[in-house]
Amino acid sequence: MERESVDALCAGNPRAVARALSAVERGGTEARAVIAAIFRFTGRAHIIGVTGAPGTGKSTLVNEIAKQYRRRGQRVGIIAVDPTSPFSGGALLGDRLRMQDLSGDPGVFIRSMATRGSLGGLAAATADAVQVLDAAGFEIVLIETVGAGQSEVDIAKNAHATLVVEAPGLGDDIQAIKAGILEIADVLVVNKADHDDVGATVAALEMNLNLKPKVENDWRPPVLKTIAIKGDGVADVVNWIGKHRAYLEANRLLELRERARVRAELARVVQHELMARLLSGVNGTKIETLVEKIAAREMDVYAAAEMLIGEEN
Amino acid sequence: MTEQPIRVLIAKPGLDGHDRGAKVVARALRDAGMEVIYTGIRQTPEMIAEAALQEDVDVVGLSILSGAHMDLFPRIVQLLKQKSMDDVVLVCGGIIPEDDIPALKQMGFAGIFGPGTSTQDLAKFIRDQVAQRRTGATV
Repeated sequence: MERESVDALCAGNPRAVARALSAVERGGTEARAVIAAIFRFTGRAHIIGVTGAPGTGKSTLVNEIAKQYRRRGQRVGIIAVDPTSPFSGGALLGDRLRMQDLSGDPGVFIRSMATRGSLGGLAAATADAVQVLDAAGFEIVLIETVGAGQSEVDIAKNAHATLVVEAPGLGDDIQAIKAGILEIADVLVVNKADHDDVGATVAALEMNLNLKPKVENDWRPPVLKTIAIKGDGVADVVNWIGKHRAYLEANRLLELRERARVRAELARVVQHELMARLLSGVNGTKIETLVEKIAAREMDVYAAAEMLIGEEN
Repeated sequence: MTEQPIRVLIAKPGLDGHDRGAKVVARALRDAGMEVIYTGIRQTPEMIAEAALQEDVDVVGLSILSGAHMDLFPRIVQLLKQKSMDDVVLVCGGIIPEDDIPALKQMGFAGIFGPGTSTQDLAKFIRDQVAQRRTGATV
C-alpha cells in the first residue's frame, strides 16, 4: 500500500477508507498489504457487535446507537453484514436503508458487506474491515451481523461488547434457555417494546440469567427495552455499553478479550492461508477423482483428505 | 485472482415513492450474482453520492418516475466527480422521455433503460461495462 494512501486513510479520507475496505474484501495479497501498512495505527476503537434474528430491528437500533455516540462527540464506523446467495453469489445489502439519519455526517462511515460464503454471521473480511475503520480514527466501530439464528456466534470473538437484540413474540422461555446466541450477550436488548408480550420476553430472559451459575464478580447482562424506531431507550443502551467497558477495564478483562479476539483472527488467517496454499498445489482433477472415489464408497473421506495433505508435505 | 462480485448502488432520487421497479431491478441483479446496495426512496443527490463513495461501488443505478431527472441527475453526476468517483458506471431507468436521452448520454450515463427492459439484458449490459472499466484500470 502506498504511503499517500496510508496517510489519507489514517486522516479519515472517505475515498481512501472505501478503497482499503474493498482491498480487504478482495482478500489475498491486497488484504495483506493493507493490514501490513495500517496495523500499527489500530487498537484504539471500541468494537461493538449487534446481533439477533432477522427483523428484530438491528439496523434501526444501530442507526440510533450511532446517533447517541455522535452526540457524545465520537466518530462512528459501521459495518453492516448481509448474506450472500448460495446460488447466485449475489447479495441484497439493505441495512443502509435504515440508517439514513446518519447521511451527510462526516463523522460516520457506513459500509455494507456481503458474507461471500462465510457462515457464523460475519464475512471473512469483517475483522480486517474493523482494522481499517480503527486506523481511520473511528473511536466506535459497530458491526451488525446477518440476521442470526441460534449459532451465529462469531461476533463475540470479534467484538469487545456484544448486543443481542430480541423482539417480543419470537419464542417462549424454552428458547431463552437454549445454548448459543443468548450466551454471548453482554447487553440484551428487547426491541419493539411497544408490542404486546414484551413483559413475557423480558421475564424469560431474566429467568435465564437467574439460572446461570453464580461466579464472583461476573458481569450480568442487563435486559433493556427499546423502541428503536422512536429512539426510546437507546441512550440507556449506550450507557450500559459504557458500564460494560468500565467493568472490563476494572477487571483487566479488556486485555483478555483483545487477546481472544487476536487469537481468533490469527486462527482464521492461518486456516485460510493453509487451505489456499494446500489447494493451489493440487490440481482440480485430483480433487474430483477423490470426490468420485468417496461417492462410490471406494475410499473414506479421512483417507482422501490424508492423500491431499500428505502429498504436499 | 478470482472474479470479484460487481457492486451496484440502486437508489431513487427525488420525491416519487414508487419503488417497485427499483426493487425488481435490485432483486434481478442479486440473482445475476451482483452485490446490490439498496438505499430506497427519497434520496437526495448528496445521499446517493455519499453512499456510492463509502460503498466503493462499480455501478450507480438511478430509478426515477417523477420527471425531475434533468434537475437531479446532473447534480448527482457532479457530486460523484467531486468525490473522484468518475470511473463509476452510471445507468438509469424509469420514465425518461426519448428527447432527454442524448443529454443524459452526454452527462455520462452509459445506459438508459425504460419500462419493458429485460433484466437479463440489463445484467449483461452492466457486466460488459464493468469488465471494460476493470481491464482499463489495470493496464
